[in-house]
Amino acid sequence: MGLFSKFISKIKGSDSFSPADWQELEQELLASDLGPTLTRTLMEQAKKVKSENAEAALTQILTEQLSSRSREPLMNAHGMSVVMVVGVNGTGKTTSVAKLASTFKGTGGSVLIAAGDTFRAAAVDQLQTWGDRIGVPVISGKANSDPASVAFDAAQEAKGLGVNYLVIDTAGRLHNKSDLMAELEKVKRVVEKVAPVNEVLLVIDATTGQNGLSQAKIFTESVHVTGIIITKLDGSAKGGVALAIEKELDIPIKWVGTGESHMDFARFEPALYIQGLLS
Amino acid sequence: MFESLSSRFTSAFGALRSRGRISNSDIEATCAEIRQALLESDVALAVVDSFVASISEKSLAILPTLQSGTNQGQVIFEIVNAQLIEILGGSARRLRFAKKGPTVIMLAGLQGAGKTTLAGKLAKFFADQGNTPLLVASDLQRPNAVTQLQVVGDSIGVPVFAPEVGNGVGDPVKVAQAGIEFARAKQYNMVIVDTAGRLGVDEDLMKEAIRIRDAVTPDEILFVVDAMMGQDAVRTSQAFLDGVGFDGVVLTKLDGDARGGAALSIASLTKRPIMFASTGEKLSDFDIFYPDRMASRILGLGDVATLAEQAKKAFDSDTSAKLEAKFVSGEDFTLEDFLEQLLAMSKMGSMSKLLSMLPGSGAMKKAIDNFDEGEIVRTKAIVESMTPLERRDPKVLNGSRRARIAMGSGRAVSDVNNLVDRFAAAQKMMKQVRNGGVPAGMPPGSPAMSAPKKSVVQKKKSKSGNPAKRAIEEAQ
Repeated sequence: MGLFSKFISKIKGSDSFSPADWQELEQELLASDLGPTLTRTLMEQAKKVKSENAEAALTQILTEQLSSRSREPLMNAHGMSVVMVVGVNGTGKTTSVAKLASTFKGTGGSVLIAAGDTFRAAAVDQLQTWGDRIGVPVISGKANSDPASVAFDAAQEAKGLGVNYLVIDTAGRLHNKSDLMAELEKVKRVVEKVAPVNEVLLVIDATTGQNGLSQAKIFTESVHVTGIIITKLDGSAKGGVALAIEKELDIPIKWVGTGESHMDFARFEPALYIQGLLS
Repeated sequence: MFESLSSRFTSAFGALRSRGRISNSDIEATCAEIRQALLESDVALAVVDSFVASISEKSLAILPTLQSGTNQGQVIFEIVNAQLIEILGGSARRLRFAKKGPTVIMLAGLQGAGKTTLAGKLAKFFADQGNTPLLVASDLQRPNAVTQLQVVGDSIGVPVFAPEVGNGVGDPVKVAQAGIEFARAKQYNMVIVDTAGRLGVDEDLMKEAIRIRDAVTPDEILFVVDAMMGQDAVRTSQAFLDGVGFDGVVLTKLDGDARGGAALSIASLTKRPIMFASTGEKLSDFDIFYPDRMASRILGLGDVATLAEQAKKAFDSDTSAKLEAKFVSGEDFTLEDFLEQLLAMSKMGSMSKLLSMLPGSGAMKKAIDNFDEGEIVRTKAIVESMTPLERRDPKVLNGSRRARIAMGSGRAVSDVNNLVDRFAAAQKMMKQVRNGGVPAGMPPGSPAMSAPKKSVVQKKKSKSGNPAKRAIEEAQ
């Protein structure tokens, strides 16, 4: 039985929620990667819950931690919309870029992908393969070329072609490498010489622990993240750190990746996420 | 890496050390602090609780036996250190080599843990030690994983066995099997099998991993884990252990600012040692994982052993012997020597990485992170713009020479002046050291430096054939 229903039934069934039960709740919340700080907040609030309306009250408590900012994709009303995808190594940026492009294409728009990961071996080929699969053209430079120049060329080409969406992939970088973060800032700056970047999406792996907070904080300081893509939610990890990010940094989760096919991608549903967190 | 954990531990022990006499409640407070620090570092709750319980139990048991004169804080500190080493897997375990035929290493792990890059690092590591590894591309799932492995193999000069292009096409079990046969026929002594990333809950893919395992009967199955992983490390590692099984753990992305709690959880819960760690983007950023050294780092003692090893690798013995002879004979340390040192140092890796291995580096974390690596390049440029005479005898540097050097190195004259001044100061300090004095400005034993370094300081018996070197060793 999931934690949530167990919690509810316990509160409903008896007047006393024993210390052991509270400990179990703490353990479950921690195990979902919510982190010790948020867990403490949640525990304090949960202790005030009256038994009659426990279910609604608990959902309410968790929902309140979510950001109140809009989760709508940021788009240009007229002309080209530019989306940049950033994150640390191995979170699933390249796959997310393909999924995003495929989603945009599905709405009837024309899409172009810029393969800005010129560092990792064969990242460009990986994206090219994706592009062929979903039928979206991919612009790339040479391996180890300057990612900013690749992005700039792609932006100019996209503008020239008059496409609706340009999705820019970037190389994975650890956020504590200041030179790599400076490189990322340059990519954004250079693209904005051609067209404004409407959205910067940070890809967070659902298996990430409290380090996700640090990632979100530093990437935001550097390239002003406007939304989160949370990936690998199809595994056993619940991605609780995303809730901690929403609460702490007020950055909305916008997309969710749940598999290896380009169809396994959807807009973020707060209710579903919270349900999953506690199941 | 582990920095945040390290700074929390340092502050917890700082409070404890300042007490002359430690009470039971002091120990409880320290344990509570450690508990919070470990939880914030993504260590699984079960591991945290047993770790803290064991420390508290041992500390409380030993406390009444301590005489009032002993440094009680230090004793507790050593208990924690020992416990940390134990939880991290005790002593470092070396890779098991097959008695006959190629040693087969199979990599398994989640998507994005860094298996393919790690395969390359592992191959380079063992090739550098004189082995002949073969990389086998059995990740046929992720688009262009095969190409990635080929590029990696090319860059380190290790052949890659890749009969299938991948991208969902081909049978990874057959590829792995054929790879072993190929290695046997061509007499490679090591085979590293890269496999597709899979979720712990994905039964089909886990079965595939098991079939690969049964087909190649690996000598070692290594579970590759991202150091940034959270609490799910427990479930995932258990799923892999129950599924394909593994003999050792490899930590990747340890150069991030992750607190590496997953490492502690996995080592402690699965009882499988962490064998290697990868610490950077370059294929050479990879090393054996030493639990005692990592415990030192977590506790803010630095990692002098690794530093010394890297120094040994980078400074060839000729250069060091020459320098030592110079030092003893009373000759001046010149800018030429300085340049040689700079070059050797840049071979050791980034300055910030080196600094972070020093004791007490936790406190200087910000300064280290912001260290301008370009400074070394600029300094080198200035020295390289000098004539041999100027390098040997900086006193000849008059205004026009300095202006020329500034032009040549693309720096301002003030930069040249700065370097010359600092060099003169360093020269003076070396003279003082040689004459047996303690240079001014060196703190007489900061708290971090007075901490125990038993495992770190190893005095070697003098075996040097070089009389000058032996004189130094014997004088110590």
